Amino acid sequence: MTENESPANTGRRNFLIKATTAVGGVGVAAACVPFVASMNPSSDVLAKAVTEVDLSGITPGGVRTVAWQGKPVFIVHRTPEEIQASTATNGVIDPEPDSQRVQKPEWLVVVGVCTHMGCVPNKEGPGWTCHCHGSQYDDSGRVTRGPAPKNLEVPPYHFVADNKIIIGKA
Amino acid sequence: MPGRIIKWIDQRFPLTSFVKHELTDYPTPRNLSYWWNFGFLAGVVLMLQVVTGIFLAMHYRADISLSFDSIQHIMREVNYGWLLRYMHATGASAFFFVIFVHMARTLYYGSYRAPRELLWWTGQGLLLLLMATAFMGYLLPWGQMSYWGATVITNLFQATPFFGDQIVIWLRGDYTVGDATLTRFFALHYLFPFIIIGAVVIHLVALHTVKSSNPSGIDLAAKDNIPFHPYFTIKDLYGLGWFLIVYSVFVFFLPDSLIEPANNIPANPMQTPNHIVPEWYFLPFYAILRSVPNLVGGVVAMGLSVMMFAFMPFLDRSRIPGGAHYRPIFKIQFYLFLLDMLVLGYVGYTPPTNQTLLIGQIATLCYFGSFLLIPFISRIEERWLVRRGLPPAVIALMESEALTIEQRRLKHRRRGEQA
Ligand code: HEM
Ligand code: FES
Repeated sequence: MTENESPANTGRRNFLIKATTAVGGVGVAAACVPFVASMNPSSDVLAKAVTEVDLSGITPGGVRTVAWQGKPVFIVHRTPEEIQASTATNGVIDPEPDSQRVQKPEWLVVVGVCTHMGCVPNKEGPGWTCHCHGSQYDDSGRVTRGPAPKNLEVPPYHFVADNKIIIGKA
Repeated sequence: MPGRIIKWIDQRFPLTSFVKHELTDYPTPRNLSYWWNFGFLAGVVLMLQVVTGIFLAMHYRADISLSFDSIQHIMREVNYGWLLRYMHATGASAFFFVIFVHMARTLYYGSYRAPRELLWWTGQGLLLLLMATAFMGYLLPWGQMSYWGATVITNLFQATPFFGDQIVIWLRGDYTVGDATLTRFFALHYLFPFIIIGAVVIHLVALHTVKSSNPSGIDLAAKDNIPFHPYFTIKDLYGLGWFLIVYSVFVFFLPDSLIEPANNIPANPMQTPNHIVPEWYFLPFYAILRSVPNLVGGVVAMGLSVMMFAFMPFLDRSRIPGGAHYRPIFKIQFYLFLLDMLVLGYVGYTPPTNQTLLIGQIATLCYFGSFLLIPFISRIEERWLVRRGLPPAVIALMESEALTIEQRRLKHRRRGEQA
C-alpha cells in the first residue's frame, strides 16, 4: 500500500463520496423523467387537437359552443351593431383592437374559458359574464371587469370554406 | 397459554414494554379537558374514512363515462352502498370539523410553543395532506361541483412563473379536467390516506417525546401525571360516544346537507353552474383567494393563509406561560380570529357582489393581521401583565424558563468555541 492509497487520504475519500453522490443523484433524477412525463397528455389526447365546424346553421346574433381539445369554444355570428360596438373601443384591462381578434368581423371565435380560473362564462346581455367570480367580457371577448386578467383566448383557426372553419391549426 | 405466547413474543419483540410505555402507563396530565379528545377523534375518523373508502372502491369506477353512474349504482343497488357513501362523504366533513377544533385547541392553549414546535408543524403537514385528499376525493363522483371545483383549483397552478400553462396540463394530463385527471385523482386519493397514517405516526412520536400540554399551559410535575389507561382511554371513549351520536345524525338524517345539490348533475365541461362553491371546509380560504383582485396575488394569499399557522411558534414569543387562559388580550384576539373565520366562510359561500367583495377584503386583512400583529400585541400584553403583577409562581416559572434558555445559549456558544 503506497502512501496516498492509505485510508488517511481523506481528500481522495471525500472526492469519491461527492462524485458517487453526484452520479447517483443524476441517476435518480433521470429515473424520475419517465414517471413525470407519463402524467403529461397521452398521444390519443394530443390527437384530438383539431375540430372542424360548419358555420351555416348559426344565424346573425347566434352563438354556438363547440368542443375543442375538450374545451368549449364560442362561435358568435355578430350583428353589425355588435361589430360596431366592438370596434369602437380597445378594451380596458387587456387592450387589443377588435381587428386583431377576428379574421372576419362577423365571426368571433374564442375559447370559452375564463382567463381567471377556467369557468365557462355565460352569454348575458352584450358579451359574457363569468359567474364564478364575476368577470365580464364584451362582444369581442375582451375582459371589461376583473378579476380575469386577460381577454378570452382566440384559438388558432382558419376558414377552409366560406362557412367552414378548422379550429386547432392557424 | 396466552401468557406464554406473550412471553415468547416479548423475547423477540418489545410488545409488552411498548404497550406499557406508550399506552397503558403513558404519563398524561391529570387536568386534560374534553378539548383534548379531538386528536383521538381525528384518528377514529381517519380509520372510518379508510374502511368506508376501501369498500366504496370495490364498486366505484374511475372512468368519466362510468363514475357518475357507479355512484348511483352504489347508492341504489349495492347492499348498504348508501350507508358506505354517506359515511364517507359525511366523514370528510367530520374529519375537518374535528381537525379544526383540534387546531383551535392548540392555538388557544398555546400548545404550539416550545418544546412542541415540531409537533405543531407535523400537524400542519397533516392539514395539507388532508386538504389534498379531500380535494381529490371530491372529483370522484364526477358531478358538476366535482368537475368545476377541480377545474378551478388545478387552474390556480397557472400562477406558477414561466411554466404555468404546462403545469396545469401536466397536472390534468389533458387540456381540461378529463379521464386522465379522474384516474390519477383516484390513484392518489387511495394513496394519500396511507401517507396520512404514516404522518400520524410521526406526529405521535413527536407527541410522546414532548408529552401532552394541558389547560394550565404549564408543564406539570411528574406527580401530577396519571397513566393514560384507564383514565384517558375511558375519557376518549366517552367523547367518542358523543361524536358518534352527532355523526350518525348527519349520516342517517341529514346526509344531503353536506352534499352540494349541483353535484347530483353529471359533470358538463361546456357549462359552469351559476354558483360554484367549494366544500364548507375550504370556504374561508376560498374567500381569501377571491378577495385579491389579481390571480397570482390571490393564489399566494390563499397558500399563505393555510401556511400562516406554521409561523405561530415564531410569531408568539410571549414569555407569559400558559395559553389564552392567562393572557386576556391574546384571548380576545383568539375569539376575534374565530369570528373572522366565520365571516370569511360566509363571504366564500355567497356569490360575489361589490359588497361581499369589500367585506371579504377587510376580513382577509384581519386574517393576516391577527397573525402578523401577534409579536407586537403579545409584547405589549406581556409588559402590561408584568406591571399589573403576576402570581409569584408564574414569575418563578418565567425566571426558570429564561434561565434554561440562557443555559442552552451558553452551551451552544461553548460548543461553537470548541469546534
Ligand atoms: C383521509 C381520508 C379521506 C378523506 C378526507 C376522503 C374524502 C373524500 C371525499 C370528500 C369524497 C367525495 C364524497 C362525495 O361527495 O361523494 C370521497 C370519495 C371517495 N373516496 Fe375518499 N376520502 C378519504 C379516504 C379514502 C380512502 C382510503 C379510500 C380508499 C380507496 C377512498 C375512496 C373513495 C372513493 C371510491 C370515493 C368515491 C365515492 C363517493 O364519492 O362517495 N377514500 N372521499
Ligand atoms: S373563473 Fe371566471 S371570474 Fe374567476
